[in-house]
Amino acid sequence: MAAPATEMDLTEARISDLTLPKGGWSEAARTDALARLRQTGLPQRRDEYWKFTRPDMLTQAGAQAAVFEHSEAPIFGAMDVLRIVFDDGVFNPDVSDALAMEHVSIERLADTDADIHWAKGVYGVLETAGQTPVARPLAALNTAFASDGVLIHVTGKAPKPISLVYNHGKETSDAILHHVIKIEAGAELTILENGPAAARFNKVMEVDVADGAFFHHVRAQGRDHERLAATHIFARLGTESTFKSFTLTVNGRMTRNDCVIELTGDDAIAHVAGACVGDGDFHHDDTVFVTHDAERCESRQVFKKVLRNGAVGVFQGKILVKAGAQKTDGYQISQSLLLDEDAQFLAKPELEIYADDVVCSHGSTSGAIDDEALFYLRSRGVPESIATDLLTLAFLAEAVEEIEDEALREVVVDRLEGWLERHRS
Amino acid sequence: MLTIKNLHVKLEEEDKQILKGVDLTVEAGKVHAIMGPNGSGKSTLSYVLSGREGYEVTDGTAHLGDVDLLDMEPEERAAAGLFLAFQYPVEIPGVGNMTFLRTAVNAQRKARGEEEMSAAEFLKVVRARAKELQIDADMLKRPVNVGFSGGEKKRNEILQMAMLEPKMCILDETDSGLDVDAMKLVATGVNALRDAGRGFLVITHYQRLLDHIKPDVVHIMADGRIVKTGGPELALEVENNGYADILAEVA
Ligand SMILES: Nc1ncnc2c1ncn2[C@@H]1O[C@H](COP(=O)(O)OP(=O)(O)OP(=O)(O)O)[C@@H](O)[C@H]1O
Ligand SMILES: [Mg+2]
Repeated sequence: MAAPATEMDLTEARISDLTLPKGGWSEAARTDALARLRQTGLPQRRDEYWKFTRPDMLTQAGAQAAVFEHSEAPIFGAMDVLRIVFDDGVFNPDVSDALAMEHVSIERLADTDADIHWAKGVYGVLETAGQTPVARPLAALNTAFASDGVLIHVTGKAPKPISLVYNHGKETSDAILHHVIKIEAGAELTILENGPAAARFNKVMEVDVADGAFFHHVRAQGRDHERLAATHIFARLGTESTFKSFTLTVNGRMTRNDCVIELTGDDAIAHVAGACVGDGDFHHDDTVFVTHDAERCESRQVFKKVLRNGAVGVFQGKILVKAGAQKTDGYQISQSLLLDEDAQFLAKPELEIYADDVVCSHGSTSGAIDDEALFYLRSRGVPESIATDLLTLAFLAEAVEEIEDEALREVVVDRLEGWLERHRS
Repeated sequence: MLTIKNLHVKLEEEDKQILKGVDLTVEAGKVHAIMGPNGSGKSTLSYVLSGREGYEVTDGTAHLGDVDLLDMEPEERAAAGLFLAFQYPVEIPGVGNMTFLRTAVNAQRKARGEEEMSAAEFLKVVRARAKELQIDADMLKRPVNVGFSGGEKKRNEILQMAMLEPKMCILDETDSGLDVDAMKLVATGVNALRDAGRGFLVITHYQRLLDHIKPDVVHIMADGRIVKTGGPELALEVENNGYADILAEVA
């Protein structure tokens, strides 16, 4: 069924702003994606997974102006990484490292125009799979119109993380990036991402994790109050593979992070976690969909949000266990700490299970700082502000602990501490 | 050291008077014990002194040395030298015991304009004190009081007291839930801190603790007042005869 007329007008208005890149291996995928987008239309408030988040700022033609405040140094700046920098969504070779590393091939999406390329088997493919049962039109738009991004092929253990740095400079930049990552059997890669990217940012990352392969992902979204972002991760996991993704979000008027994971091989592990802190004009939406389609897989969703002063947090998380996915171990927790009465947390946890021998649990809570604990700390001489910060970090700990690497965990905690200190009441 | 005069306290939320005129003075270098029936207001007194919310002081005063306690935030009272070992120590998931202790020690030092303790020095001191209380390294690493047994929680309170070196220590039923050996350990910890500049107020139901921590003065609290004050023999009397005689005598 085609989308109604008004929705089509909106979609066409958005599309008319953009140009569809022609030629090369990705052309067919882009044309198909455009057709998918036209089929569903851009998201509307009445769509089931957009009830809590207004899509209009993300879908309208043209980005609203957003001024970047250069207040903090980039988060992973001091680490030993291979840096790939995008300025307002455009690859900047001058400040990027050479796109070369042992066991890893890295190419720029915009540079590959051959007719045959390994990425053809992934680009738009995982995204298409992730469109059912829930349509993700902003991702289809991305596949069709992405103007830049990287194609990363990993055949062994990468010697160091790849750090994708997204700088934002122009006031109305409207960036569409699409990355494709393919990790071959037994190989391993860590991807770091940070930076506000653009006034409006639409990003898709498709990750194909083959049998026995590892993918680690740590992302920091922050620093910029006014930016808007809609991001998607689509991951497909092979037998005995591991996928671990953590996102830190501080600031940002609007962030919608979709993560769609399909466990297709037996004994695979997928952990996706997020910690976010929001003050004032802040809307953060985590929408997660994990499909178990193999035996003995483990999935964890751990999302924690600290909200104050009118900030809004949304969590929509689903575990779908298909028939035959026996011995599934699924866990999902979403919690908010509301630091005042103006903050709001909206959660929609879902389980859908078609196998009989599974263990799945989910929980969602909203609470305030524990007065007893606060008094206990204060009675030992800890000032109220510091005690509140300690308890807030403690609340976030379960999510932050999902980061395996200690050094990465520490920089994330540092960021959180800094933010809390700056946002004391 | 601690001077409480005519202290009247009611609950903030309901119209219930709990302390009905407490008068009590603990001198530096002395150990005072408070005994009294359940619900007589002993814990309430200790909470009001340390600044917990939910109570309203309707009359009276409480001073630590020259400073008016009732005007201060809980953390200011702590920095001024007041310490309460809780009857029910609070579990704080996610906050490491070490982080907590170090934050507390350094926050107090900072508030008093003293130099903060370095990480290395702190570690050295805390390990030594923990060892005396037979608190193992694993307990120090765990979140505050989480998964601690009743006795471990109480020993952890004494460890905090030993690290913070307060002037005035209030111990609210630190002996309850302790086995005989743990009680001796706690008593040794407390006795090690006894000195001429420090006062103790030990709330207990049992004479047993007072065999190990010898009090100078014993008070009996009933229905929100100190109804009788005497020497260590008063505790023995309670142990042997209960409160009935004493309460009848003062009624
Ligand atoms: N927050 C509160 N809400 C309701 N009642 C309270 C509160 N705090 C204290 N009380 C009441 O005040 C009285 C004194 O309580 P408190 O805990 O001070 O007694 P206690 O002497 O320490 O008793 P115990 O020996 O059992 O520890 C009790 O009747 C108790 O129920
Ligand atoms: Mg009590």
